[in-house]
Amino acid sequence: MIISIASGKGGTGKTTVATNLAISLSQMDVTLLDCDVEEPNAHLFLRPQMELKETVTTPVPQIDEGKCTLCGKCSEICQFKAIVRIADTMLTFTDLCHSCGGCMEVCPSGAISETGRELGVIEKGVKNGLKFIHGRLRVGEAMSPPLIKKVRKMAESSGLTIIDAPPGTSCPVISAMKDTDFVILVTEPTPFGLNDLKLAAGAVKILGIPCGLIINRSDMGDDKVKGFATDEGIPILMEIPFDRKIAESYSRGELIVESIPEYRKKFIDLYDNIQSVVTAGEADL
Amino acid sequence: MKIAVTSQGKELDSQVDPRFGRAAYIIVVNSDNLEFQVIDNDANVNAMKGAGIQAAGNVVNSGAQVLLTGNCGPNAFKALQAGKVAVSNNASGTVREAVKAYLDGKLPHADDSNVEGHW
Repeated sequence: MIISIASGKGGTGKTTVATNLAISLSQMDVTLLDCDVEEPNAHLFLRPQMELKETVTTPVPQIDEGKCTLCGKCSEICQFKAIVRIADTMLTFTDLCHSCGGCMEVCPSGAISETGRELGVIEKGVKNGLKFIHGRLRVGEAMSPPLIKKVRKMAESSGLTIIDAPPGTSCPVISAMKDTDFVILVTEPTPFGLNDLKLAAGAVKILGIPCGLIINRSDMGDDKVKGFATDEGIPILMEIPFDRKIAESYSRGELIVESIPEYRKKFIDLYDNIQSVVTAGEADL
Repeated sequence: MKIAVTSQGKELDSQVDPRFGRAAYIIVVNSDNLEFQVIDNDANVNAMKGAGIQAAGNVVNSGAQVLLTGNCGPNAFKALQAGKVAVSNNASGTVREAVKAYLDGKLPHADDSNVEGHW
């Protein structure tokens, strides 16, 4: 089973939920993927022993000017202007390339070969039996979905996979949520939290994935988030109060379940709850 | 010589558009007789990406030797350079005034892009 954790708004507690849920279940076969590759931070709380680091690239075109006939077929097919003919030269803008391979496919003279653009690095580690993988996007790289997809590919398909998604509702988030079995939406009961929750819930709906809500800092703000959840039929799975002890442990880079052990049971219950929703959904099919 | 100027309208007295890739129009002016042709850049205004590169291709194909605009990013600059089109940034006022300023030597050629790429 794959559970993704998303939010719309940033800073609502995705990583807090992801890391605490993962470590609470570490007796099982669990892999935690930090797919917020633009600024991964789950490792700061988990402090895993890193065992592997590899640089990952995405294929981009390289033109052999000797073979190129300047026919321009490659630039016609490229939707991103990553390869263009200017006067009598072919130019490539590899930062814009989405690695579709179309240019190589249509080139009649075999003048285009594949080279790589560095996306970033993937690191793999372990903490108390919990497997951990995250990606770090190369500074200056504009596209994170290819790296997110590579992080996801590195996870073994057996056992439970927990994905810490990036904030927002755009392509990186979709890459992290797509084809997961359940989405946990984490929000806070503020106007900003609600606004972005609505957007995120809309995206989850389009993807057709069952979801549930965790309200963080649940005793501040107002009741509008709960109203929205009721109207949309989104179950509230857990509420985490605005507790000084939690804030202190966060500030020290500690997990809630380490400083307040009672929370371990809450996260295990959360998983059981999700599992029953997913199993019931599968039975419906 | 042919001078390309990014423009908000279709006339010599239209205001210079400070954007290059997403300029409304590109006016190519013959500096000898002030005759001009208008390139409609509409297709690039809402382009997802690569607007500057496409616009640069259009400028190169127009036969212009220099481009007068407000700002030019790195991809557009690279494409214009490949097409041997010089770039002068910080053009302002009307298209006519910009051409005059250029001919008076007040708009020097840029050595590089003057703004970052934008996504």
